[in-house]
Amino acid sequence: MRIVFKTDYMQDIRPWKDGYQLSLYMILLAIVIAAPWLLDTFYLGELTNVLIWAIAGMGLMVLTGHTGQASLGHAAFLAFGCYANVILLEAGVPFLIAFPLAGVITGLIGATVAIPALRLHGIYLAIFTLALSILVDDIIVLTEPWTGGVSGKYIAGIDLFGLTIDRWGTPMLFYWLVLAVTVIVTLGYINLLRSPLGRSFIAVRDSEVSAQAMGVDIARTKTISFGLSCMVTGWAGAFMGLFAGAFNNETFSVVISIELLMMIVIGGLGSIHGAFFGAIVIGFLPQFLSIAKEYVGAVFGGSTVAIPGLEFGIFGMILIAFILLEPMGIYGRWLKIRTFFELFPFYRKDMFKRQKSYLKTERLR
Amino acid sequence: MDNVQLLISGLANGCVYGLIALGFVLIYKATEAVNFAQGDFMMLGAFVTIGLTNAEYMGLPFWMAVPISLGIMAGLGYLLDRLVIRRMFGESQTAVVILTIALGFVIRFVAGLIWGHEPQTLQNPLAGKELSFGGLVLGLEDVAVIIVTLALTGSLYLFFSRTKLGLAMQGASQNQLAAYYMGIPVKRVQGFIWALAGAVAAVAGILFAAKGSVDPSTGLLGIKAFAAAVIGGFGSLPGALAGGLIVGVIEPFASRYIAAGYSQIAPYALLVAVLVFRPHGLFSQVRVKKV
Repeated sequence: MRIVFKTDYMQDIRPWKDGYQLSLYMILLAIVIAAPWLLDTFYLGELTNVLIWAIAGMGLMVLTGHTGQASLGHAAFLAFGCYANVILLEAGVPFLIAFPLAGVITGLIGATVAIPALRLHGIYLAIFTLALSILVDDIIVLTEPWTGGVSGKYIAGIDLFGLTIDRWGTPMLFYWLVLAVTVIVTLGYINLLRSPLGRSFIAVRDSEVSAQAMGVDIARTKTISFGLSCMVTGWAGAFMGLFAGAFNNETFSVVISIELLMMIVIGGLGSIHGAFFGAIVIGFLPQFLSIAKEYVGAVFGGSTVAIPGLEFGIFGMILIAFILLEPMGIYGRWLKIRTFFELFPFYRKDMFKRQKSYLKTERLR
Repeated sequence: MDNVQLLISGLANGCVYGLIALGFVLIYKATEAVNFAQGDFMMLGAFVTIGLTNAEYMGLPFWMAVPISLGIMAGLGYLLDRLVIRRMFGESQTAVVILTIALGFVIRFVAGLIWGHEPQTLQNPLAGKELSFGGLVLGLEDVAVIIVTLALTGSLYLFFSRTKLGLAMQGASQNQLAAYYMGIPVKRVQGFIWALAGAVAAVAGILFAAKGSVDPSTGLLGIKAFAAAVIGGFGSLPGALAGGLIVGVIEPFASRYIAAGYSQIAPYALLVAVLVFRPHGLFSQVRVKKV
């Protein structure tokens, strides 16, 4: 059991608790930087995919996990980021400018969308964003001159600092590029959470009425949250485009939006760790299922028949189990296990019990 | 004349959307939760009826199969509440939304396992018969759909506004804690409403399968019904029907008079417009919370 003595105020908002925690994260960083030498090409690609999903997850986490605005339409912003990036690259803009710009454009679109969405909350916001996600699919088809419509677009490699970065040709470089962006976004996110802005996000999530009473400008906070969230999601979208190499209007369907939301719920709403844990589940579930299917086929001697929709069925069941048994997600479970050992033998079962809220409607009839 | 024809077929489609929307609204009205799996419920109801009626499955007579499948779906709705939703009592609304989306995935998967992924139609006594008067040719199914929907909406509306149980349901949603204090068995009321929503989904499913074919992904139609419910204003039964009719009528007219490609976005564009200008739907029941 470690006890952290806090001796000044800055220590309280420092991103890490103590040197021990910092060194753990440094070791993790060293391992992921060295990953290309430890893994073969296939698993390196999978790891890259996980990191991209983690960036997208962090984007949604700002909005849903920390500002409390559930969005069922973030695939739309993935699409915006992806298309903006590719269109800028095709126009001859260097990647170093095109990529950040793609995020900024997506963020601006997100902030614009937020303005009508400000008046909505809860379910209505979820539906609004869901409709948006469906609309974007059709908008991509309609704006064919720019987006290539149904036939889609292709992107090979990109040039950065004189190196050609290609998901297939130079997977190591692509991995490091994604990793660098992941680290930057994560550090930015950690810093955001200890800034006044991040705190006001959390205040809005926990109670809009009390946040307003404490002087938080709700409309501004929500708009900024939307903008930041969409910016990060846009970057993830740009990477997804580069990762896939080819994409069209169906690449970023509503299903992706839903998957993204489910991912951060499984990982653990309201924590940066949750985005990563969720991304790991989403990224490795298909591989895990195919391995499990082969194993089952080998043991029981049955043929490995393809069952359509199996992946989503399993995914749904995992999700139901999580919401019922561990609403705080994988990260919440990890917190409980850690606290158990840190406080041993003083851990009590009710330490993480959440307060129940009883519903009151806003309807009049 | 063409327009009238379009209008009627649009109305019939709209009625199915309206019926699914009705299921959303029922659950929302009584439990303040949104059941994203309602579309999949409808698909399941359709498949249960197909499984009972169609010759290649059990081959029961249609009029016998209908009440049985209504019963099965009501039972499923009740079980779902009992086993899953009730444990969410006191959790946030968003958690319930995500839970029901996940349920939808699972229902689609199970239906695909049992009945396969091929589109199937319901063999029913109304199929292929037509009514024609004054140059109008109406499918008997379309007429049946419109009549059943109107009757169902009307009786549910009366149920909510006139009967003791209906009022208890509204009370249970408006303030759960206060409803407890007033002696309303909130949990039992919730179970009942889920059963009712299951039965309504079965009706929608039967009508839908009688008009066209269903496959497991039909449940995604729920999203369109969702738009309908929101346009009408969540929480209002006549609003749900009106929203459904609006969406149903807009579709054929949009595909006829607007360039191809733009027509399918019409319902969602309308949804976005409604949410922007009247955030709580056309039949709004919400006022701004004041402190």
